Amino acid sequence: MATAAKIGIGSAINRVDGVEKVTGTARYAAEHPVENLLYGYIVEAAIAKGRVLSVDEDAARAVPGVVEVITHLNRPHVAWTDHSYQDEMKIPGSPFRPLYDDRIHFSQQPIALVLAETFEAARYAASLIEIAYETEAHNTDFDVALDDEYVPKKKRSGYVPPKDRGDAAQAFADAPLRVAGDYRLAPEHHNAMEMFGSTVEWHGDGSITVWDKTQGSQGVHAYLASVFGFSKKKVRVLNPYVGGAFGSGLRPQHQVFLAVLAAKMLERSVRVTMTRQQMFSHAYRPQAVQSIALGAETTGKLTAIRNAATTSTSRYEDNMENVVTWGLMNYDCPNADAEYTLAQIDTPTSADMRAPGAATGMTLFEIAIDEMAYAAKVDPLEFRLINYSPIDAMNGTPYTSKALREAFREGAEAFKWSERSAEPRSMREGNELIGWGCATGMWDAQFSKTSASAKLSANGHLEVACATSDIGTGSYTVMTLVAADTLGLPPEQITAKLGDSDLPAAPVEGGSWGAASSGAAVQLACQAVGKKLLKAAGKIAGEPLDGAKIEDVLFEDGCIVLKDTPTVRVPFGDAMRAADLTEIEEEATAAPGFGDMWKGLHKSKNTHSAIFAEVRVDEELGVVRVTRIVDAVAAGRIINPKTARSQILGGVVMGIGMALHEETFSDHRLGRWMNHNFGEYHVPVHADIHDIQVIFVDESDPEVTPLGVKGLGEIGIVGTAAAIANAIYHATGKRVRSLPITIDKILE
Amino acid sequence: MSTAVNSATYAAMPIGRVPTTLTINGQTRTRAIEPWTTLLDLLREGEDLIGTKKGCDHGQCGACTVLVDGRRINSCLKLAVTLDGAEITTIEGLGQPGNLHPLQSAFCDHDAFQCGYCTPGQICSAQGLINEGKARTRDEVRELMSGNLCRCGAYTNIIDAVLDVIGEQA
Repeated sequence: MATAAKIGIGSAINRVDGVEKVTGTARYAAEHPVENLLYGYIVEAAIAKGRVLSVDEDAARAVPGVVEVITHLNRPHVAWTDHSYQDEMKIPGSPFRPLYDDRIHFSQQPIALVLAETFEAARYAASLIEIAYETEAHNTDFDVALDDEYVPKKKRSGYVPPKDRGDAAQAFADAPLRVAGDYRLAPEHHNAMEMFGSTVEWHGDGSITVWDKTQGSQGVHAYLASVFGFSKKKVRVLNPYVGGAFGSGLRPQHQVFLAVLAAKMLERSVRVTMTRQQMFSHAYRPQAVQSIALGAETTGKLTAIRNAATTSTSRYEDNMENVVTWGLMNYDCPNADAEYTLAQIDTPTSADMRAPGAATGMTLFEIAIDEMAYAAKVDPLEFRLINYSPIDAMNGTPYTSKALREAFREGAEAFKWSERSAEPRSMREGNELIGWGCATGMWDAQFSKTSASAKLSANGHLEVACATSDIGTGSYTVMTLVAADTLGLPPEQITAKLGDSDLPAAPVEGGSWGAASSGAAVQLACQAVGKKLLKAAGKIAGEPLDGAKIEDVLFEDGCIVLKDTPTVRVPFGDAMRAADLTEIEEEATAAPGFGDMWKGLHKSKNTHSAIFAEVRVDEELGVVRVTRIVDAVAAGRIINPKTARSQILGGVVMGIGMALHEETFSDHRLGRWMNHNFGEYHVPVHADIHDIQVIFVDESDPEVTPLGVKGLGEIGIVGTAAAIANAIYHATGKRVRSLPITIDKILE
Repeated sequence: MSTAVNSATYAAMPIGRVPTTLTINGQTRTRAIEPWTTLLDLLREGEDLIGTKKGCDHGQCGACTVLVDGRRINSCLKLAVTLDGAEITTIEGLGQPGNLHPLQSAFCDHDAFQCGYCTPGQICSAQGLINEGKARTRDEVRELMSGNLCRCGAYTNIIDAVLDVIGEQA
């Protein structure tokens, strides 16, 4: 029998939510139509630290259409304990409580919300509010805060303390070759294209529906129930489409708090959106300084790694990242030590941003590694192979898989690395100096307990559902492909549902665990449906499958097929009719440890990448163009090569931003971000992006996660900026140790 | 018959309104519009044409790009009352599910988006670029699409999609 090519795991298909996105019919948080809507506009603190003495609202209230001005003085009751405000991604400390009292913890803190019948009236009225402050001394200067760096007492969940080995201090002192320096990363803001927004529908019976820009509907659901005292059944949170987030939507942001607060107080539906400027009033990637000291033999063999980093956090929470562990894990070196501290500044708490910790710590480390390669007069790629560690060198454990060597080989070949001339400033074309650099990237292959349901109807339609999110990552498509693969149905007959707190439990989408986790849950649920189908087929008169067990059959083209006798095929509909079933619905939970995962229990689980970059630097003007990137990624099994490639492209583009453009500047006198808009916070634009080639190297890994998937959301950014920084050195002979590498640093 | 925008609430507003005739996606109507309402907010809040996105409200990101008399503009920088008599095309007017515009199809086939939020603006901008008739090469398209930011970093795929359509029309 002729069958169409099976579409399943590994098929490069178009994003299943693509048509909605290209026709403008996909509705994001602030776009759900609700009757009788009030618009909220946020008023922010103009000082960095102190108290609100008074709020003059008279002029604002006089604006026609203004309904209410909410401040800490007139807000309804909300929870007060830290515990009540702790979200799924909680950070040790005392979470920020919006409009709680008169205290100001950071500039741009929300201190009032104006509600009006139109957006324009709310915005105008907000501009008329006069606030009197009592100011206190603040500090937003990270370099000043470094004097008071500290090791937090309580560790954040997921934080891995570095493990020292050998005697790194002595080995560094004894090393024939030494490289040491301070490497820096500027604060960065996520700046997803969709601004934070929430639409709250007030149903009048004490229940609310909330469309929120978040990476986790159930996280926000739990937060709202806890903070406002809603019974969990009275709140439903939806995020079917999320216009990017990159970590900024892991924790509930204050617009959802304010929108629900207003809805509850006024008993009306409310929409609150942040402005682009207000997008700088919360999450950002912490500023970092990393002191790296490397010792090596003259052959290029590393003998000492010393890696100490400090990142910025707020006064009220200790945001910790895994910054210093990566270099210790990745390189074979007998002596290594590391240290990680925080420094507090008067800003909102820093936050996870794409590959938190690794994008900082691995990237900066890879610049130092490049310096040592030059010190040893060894090709930078060869240097990495000399010091290659097949095992996790920090923990002494094997990896479930590590195809980094293959990534180096395939990447180098595609890039034509062998044609590189070794000396800096040795390649040029016209007035442009050309440089080639490389770096290693690394991230965790994570897995998180996730549930999913699968519902098969007698007409052959399958619906799979999970409360995970699709923040542009392709979750809808991943769920569809896994379901198609498991039950042998074409994608057109499958609907994936996500982004709804009522659906089977899923964590926030982040950390690159989404595809591995929700994919595994969908597979389990579909397998359970398959078993029910087989049982139903047993009721067919004459038992065409002859009592076959689940391992004796496969699911193909909507039929149960005998593996040994593929001509015996029972359509799903026939089986269901025989058993008098109109639908089969199953729910399953994928938790860490099942399948072959137990074999990987004591192994390290990571993705790796080899990044090669070409830059062209205008010798007189210092303008850098990144003309070519090859990123060879070892990330286990690839579910959809098309969307997977896009994930890596996106990470690389953000890495180009990290290398050349992105930096949020503070005016320390005002304690306020200065460039809080897209005109002055530069992200890469079309003209900045040239040729990017993505390679997925073969890496079979049944132990890492049930589907062998490692995740791709973060790995594309890790190390990319280092490859570019290293290429800039190769082009110019100028070593810049602080990112971004702006023109002034090249010309100085 | 002229219908007020978002009828009841806007009608209650005493700041004054200006009768403005707009043709939006082929439909001509005269609306009474407040002078402080941008074309972007009119489309999104008044007409429920939410395909036009708000990404900065300051003309810095391009997410709100629409075509006015065939030219691409940032709708956040245009007060709606200044467009009396204009013909406006939004993403909803370019093509619909089941009836995709060639650019919309090309964006799907090239995976020229991830989160999708900048996408309608990119597509409208690309149509405007095609109307201008001056971009032919990859470098030219890159340069002339640079007013449309994409934070997911789909740039290379977007250019591939646009070049595909330009190539077909050439």
